Amino acid sequence: MGKIKDLVPQRHSRIYGVGGYRPERVVTNAEVCARIDSTDEWIRERSGIESRRWAGDHESVVDMAENAARKALAHAGISMDQIDAVIVATVTYPYQTPSAATELIRRLENPKAAAFDISAACAGFCYGVGMASDFVRGGSADYVLLVGVEKLTDFIDLDDRAGGFLFADGAGAVVIGPSDVPGIGPTVWGSDADNRDAILQKTSWLSFKKNTVHERKDFLWPDIQMVGQTVFRWAVWQMVPVANKALELAGLKANELDAFIPHQANMRIIDAMVKALDLPAELPVARDIRVSGNTSAASIPLAMEAMLESGEIPHGGSALLIGFGAGLVYAAQVVTLP
Amino acid sequence: MAHSVDEVLAGLAEIVEEVAGIPASSVLMDKSFTDDLDVDSLSMVEVVVAAEEKFGCKIPDDDVKNLVTVGDAVNYIVKAAQ
Repeated sequence: MGKIKDLVPQRHSRIYGVGGYRPERVVTNAEVCARIDSTDEWIRERSGIESRRWAGDHESVVDMAENAARKALAHAGISMDQIDAVIVATVTYPYQTPSAATELIRRLENPKAAAFDISAACAGFCYGVGMASDFVRGGSADYVLLVGVEKLTDFIDLDDRAGGFLFADGAGAVVIGPSDVPGIGPTVWGSDADNRDAILQKTSWLSFKKNTVHERKDFLWPDIQMVGQTVFRWAVWQMVPVANKALELAGLKANELDAFIPHQANMRIIDAMVKALDLPAELPVARDIRVSGNTSAASIPLAMEAMLESGEIPHGGSALLIGFGAGLVYAAQVVTLP
Repeated sequence: MAHSVDEVLAGLAEIVEEVAGIPASSVLMDKSFTDDLDVDSLSMVEVVVAAEEKFGCKIPDDDVKNLVTVGDAVNYIVKAAQ
């Protein structure tokens, strides 16, 4: 019997660079309220959102991903030809196949890299961090480019009072590679599929195929819908033990963190999580949702980049990340900031 | 553990004050959470979770929408916590 050789005996991983792309057009609450029966005050109270970015026709999922990826690579000081694998976390790339990741690597002129998309909604970025870290640690890749990108405005009903103000567009990317010391802690991940209906695409693509062109009036665009109260309850009270477990597995206490960067779902969720986690009052907490809305898989790297650029959190500091969303699925880990 | 209506009302009033900043004295049986006390849907979830913990009962999401007045919630909790 032959003996199989392992590529890499033991090594660690870390994030080397982060980059974001925010669509050009800023959409205020006043503009949203022209479409839905709401007010600026109501939206701020329920979500903490003051404005968000909506992508135009010239800002496709891959356009945004490319911009974020180029910034992350530059920040990392890694060239695209050093990248062995590309993961794109998205639920809004409007093609079943080939993947957004393969379009991205072609544009970035490394068409030979391993490339695929993952569907883990608002947990997609943290799922990707866990996977990329394991690829590096296991020797499947030296450097991995991970992009979280969404053009949610294509897949939500912008005239819906419950969701029309909440969701938005954007992209965030990181480069993950080998490290002598641990820079990405163990990922705590899982699902709660009993709550699968809490965030849902309401119709299948097959309903489109089954309708002829003349019967299209019966076709309902497969918008994503959400039961807000159920998600709020799950996100706050089920995610707190997940976040605490990620801290525990990383061997850190809350007072050793330099940042808490949760998925930017809703300011009310963030506030309630901070309270339930009993985090130190002075710990910087990502509140990028104020100017970004909920950008699903893009929200954590977008917030990370903004906090680093403003100097609110230090390069090399420790950040607790947690993503949670449709599935329902979740993932959390502690990382060293790039 | 069984609780009286008065006990639950007093406990719930404290929770509403803590979550939504509404004086406990104005949390009365006939008040509507939304219309009279201005407790929005997300604050209602926080109230419900705190009440579950305090009174040792379960209030599923499907039932929360039926709790229109403080009295609805108090009576639900008294029954559920028996």
